[in-house]
Amino acid sequence: MAAHLSYGRVNLNILREAARKELREFLDKCAGSKAIVWDEYLTGPFGLIAQYSLLKEHEVEKMFTLKTGRLPSADVKNIIFFVRPRLELMDIIAENVFNEDKLHSTRDFHILFVPRRSMLCEQRLKEQGVLGSFINIDEYILDLIPYDGDLLSMEYESAFRECYLENDQTSLYHTAKGLMTLQALYGTIPQIYGKGECARHVANMMLRMKREFAGIQNQILPVFDTLLLLDRNVDLLTPLATQLTYEGLIDEIYGITNGYVKLPPEKFAQKKQGEASKDLPTEPKKLQLNSAEELYAEIRDKNFNAVGAALSKKAKIISAAFEERHNAKTVGEIKQFVSQLPHMQAARSSLANHTSIAELIKDITTSEAFFDNLTVEQEFMTGVDTDKVNTYIEDRIAQKDPLIKILRLVCMQSVCNNGLKQKVLDHYKREILQTYGYEYILTLNNLEKGGLLKPQTSSRNNNPTIRKTLKLWMEDANEQNPNDISYVYSGYAPLSIRLTQLLARPGWRSIEEVLKMLPGPHFEERQQLPAGLHKKRQQGENRTTLVFFLGGVTYAEIAALRFLSQMEDSGMEYVIATTKLINGASWIKSLMDTPEAQMH
Amino acid sequence: MKSRGDEEEYWNTSKFKAFTFDDDDDELKESKEAVKSLPQLSDQDDGDLVEKVSWSGEPVGSISWSVRETAAAAGGGTDGEPAFPSRIPADAPNVAKVNSGYSLSSLFKGRKAANVAAFADASGDPLGRILAPEIPKPKSEKQAVSLERFRCLQDKMRLLDWSVGTHDGNVITAVLISLKKSLSKEVLIGELASRQTALRHFLNYLSESGDEALLGDIYSALGRTEDAALLQYKRHLSIADEEKRRDFLKGCLSLQFSAEDQSQVRDQLSLLERQMVIEAADRQAERGGKVEIFQRFPRRASIPHMPLITTLYYCCFYHYDQPEGSFSSPLNVRQSFKISEKQFFVTALSARAKQKSWSDVDALFTSRSWLGFTRKKSPLAFQKVVDILHRNAAPVRVLQDYVGLVDDAEARMALAHQHKCHDLVINTYRDSKDRRLLLGYRGKVEAGSAAERKIDELLNDSQIRWKN
Repeated sequence: MAAHLSYGRVNLNILREAARKELREFLDKCAGSKAIVWDEYLTGPFGLIAQYSLLKEHEVEKMFTLKTGRLPSADVKNIIFFVRPRLELMDIIAENVFNEDKLHSTRDFHILFVPRRSMLCEQRLKEQGVLGSFINIDEYILDLIPYDGDLLSMEYESAFRECYLENDQTSLYHTAKGLMTLQALYGTIPQIYGKGECARHVANMMLRMKREFAGIQNQILPVFDTLLLLDRNVDLLTPLATQLTYEGLIDEIYGITNGYVKLPPEKFAQKKQGEASKDLPTEPKKLQLNSAEELYAEIRDKNFNAVGAALSKKAKIISAAFEERHNAKTVGEIKQFVSQLPHMQAARSSLANHTSIAELIKDITTSEAFFDNLTVEQEFMTGVDTDKVNTYIEDRIAQKDPLIKILRLVCMQSVCNNGLKQKVLDHYKREILQTYGYEYILTLNNLEKGGLLKPQTSSRNNNPTIRKTLKLWMEDANEQNPNDISYVYSGYAPLSIRLTQLLARPGWRSIEEVLKMLPGPHFEERQQLPAGLHKKRQQGENRTTLVFFLGGVTYAEIAALRFLSQMEDSGMEYVIATTKLINGASWIKSLMDTPEAQMH
Repeated sequence: MKSRGDEEEYWNTSKFKAFTFDDDDDELKESKEAVKSLPQLSDQDDGDLVEKVSWSGEPVGSISWSVRETAAAAGGGTDGEPAFPSRIPADAPNVAKVNSGYSLSSLFKGRKAANVAAFADASGDPLGRILAPEIPKPKSEKQAVSLERFRCLQDKMRLLDWSVGTHDGNVITAVLISLKKSLSKEVLIGELASRQTALRHFLNYLSESGDEALLGDIYSALGRTEDAALLQYKRHLSIADEEKRRDFLKGCLSLQFSAEDQSQVRDQLSLLERQMVIEAADRQAERGGKVEIFQRFPRRASIPHMPLITTLYYCCFYHYDQPEGSFSSPLNVRQSFKISEKQFFVTALSARAKQKSWSDVDALFTSRSWLGFTRKKSPLAFQKVVDILHRNAAPVRVLQDYVGLVDDAEARMALAHQHKCHDLVINTYRDSKDRRLLLGYRGKVEAGSAAERKIDELLNDSQIRWKN
């Protein structure tokens, strides 16, 4: 099931196994038959850890979605709530429990908080008078969830908001905890680098936690050589830009959640030969996307302009393989061919799916609207006319385009201009509030607090210097056969990844000046390894860096890091971790304060 | 300032690429063909290597799939029938009910207990002595620390500082909850003022638990009046009733917003008041059944709570000809809220086009020519004007006027072709003396149409010197 987790440089399956073990242990604590009541949000992340079969082995007989009212009847000994620590969920649980007591009194209740217990929630249950009904209240520490062979995410949606708007460092605490778990499994990481306030905090916490464990030496040979902690607010620009890799575009257009994407079904209707076309399915087609699928692993990180060619190449290979059957003459050859069939069938259906997805995406990327939007983004990224009101944005507001799209562009302009002139900012704000509703005052305030939208405070704009020094814009980005990370945005090299690249070679000392222009401190720490655990590196052996994005990372940035890992002379392989996989839209949405933004 | 020349150079030399597939068209086609032509060798799509996937794509057996399945089984009438054979022996041992009057005091358990212990052991700390007896040696998993034992203010604050040191929001909140209970508001606020991290967690706790009164007090005490104002203002979102919301917003006006937010909130209130007036009048008019426009275009929703521009659209749609002094007059709305020219223009254009009032549309472009010129001017590019008109199913005779005004010749011809503005196309070919293109276009117009006749006339006109 999760074999693809162990293909990478670091075997992330170990982490998954550890998580499974803990889950089993909790289930066994509640002896007897069980029903699990799920906070629906959690089923996705849990799906990456365990299948239903594992739960069944531990006497989970029924599963329900958490809903108001009465619990469905089920002849089980235990009812276990698997929930995030959120107050509104506590109210639902209280209602469930309250209604239950009148009917049956024999079922036992338990709560498993994911990823942490919360005093606030327990307090709420107490106020509702049901806290005493629970036999077990426990936490399931699911800090870092393995998403792929080289990717970990906490799926902590509000991390950026908490860190940069509310100054609440709880997510950083969880991050540090998650990194401690990771070190317990994969060895102490000898070198820690970081940039940004939050990075500094996390590093401090890690070092302090390590001191508290003093005496208990970690005897595991370190797998990671370096940890790089990066604040999202060091690079606010990148997530705002439209991602142009295949996976990035799938996420931009359809949204990838927990490794799945839901697509319009029309293109996926299966027609068997000789069968009249049946009614088209109306339910969206749900597909799992990860490196377990060979074709997807090959094309996910390509610029979308190179995907067509890759698919066509694959089509030829598969066709040729199927043609082989004509050459199979002897029984042995036929047997050989038949044994390959399942694999070929899988490849065929994979090709069919991705051809359909590519078609869907192409319809959008070739539209005028997409082109116009991209043109403006690229103007901003290259510093063209960022200091005046942009006609395109004005027009799009007048045409009532989705607000998130507008906010994304306005924020991008502000970030690229190091703040907008007061007059320009006021104009945008006015237009937005008049068109979309005055209640978005709250959203605009949040964006200001987060630094995405701000008035110009000094006439000095460091962006041109930063852009030039770090080579953030490459005129001749090669989309087909890339030679630089800038291919992921067709010209723009994500700043976050450039920093990562430069850290590996030639080192940050070469860019001190620019680092000082970016927010927050940059630092380096070393963690002592017990004697005997120092790695003896083989000639030509790559080093491994864990890059942790505090506040979110996009698929395009991940693609750029994978590109660096694969570069022959880079000498570095990257494993990526983050608080949340984001794109510009989901990120802005997490900063909105209106009712529709709170609906999931 | 960039000179014109710079801009030109930028447009001509920059490599901003169209995001197109180039010749990938063929590539996708190719892989599509390949998929189709590949034989479906077995009936079962899922070979051994292919994971079983239900239509929704969820692997059969995944958690979210199972939640749906088992829930469906339970809800399926046969109430209480277990979805899976029960494997519990009848005499399953009862789990002893550990009644854990779970409270604040039991928060430090397991790993955290170790932290507290480490903290408490710290050389000769007075807190250590208080803490020590409460921490049993790791026999049981749960270890409790009673926060109530921290009696004097100094101890309490040391506990708070220690909790902040853990960076664990949960621990900090727990300590804060107990402090909120045992300290007076004034003392607590005073102490928190110098402890920013704890303060932030406390504010978060208060806003999550809905204690807005105390939250407001703290903001004011700390001089964070804007935050206090926004917090209070946010509550209006949950007020659905328009009268209650109006009264609430009125109250908000006295809050200490930033100057610009203040004026926005004032606009929001005045918009709502206006909407309520319009709504009352229009609802009555609609019920009366005497006002034609409401019969022809029944209202689909009521207007209060709609954004300003939506309201303007509504007014342009139903009240376009109202005198300027009237509340529902579009011009009045525009004046009162200082709506920008472009916004007003696009909104009025869409609304009048929707009603197919082409004369109103026409007037929008010409009414401002105060010198008597009839040349059409637009704050919006004519290409976009054509787009809006087309979306509202404007007839060719209307469209072609505006297509003709598109600046860029190439774009103009493309639009003329797209919208079948024959006269425009024909005249352009005539003016460029392009007989070949004109001849070609003859094949595209309807046989026997006026356009065809016009082409024939031109082709037969011996006065024209064709270039080809």
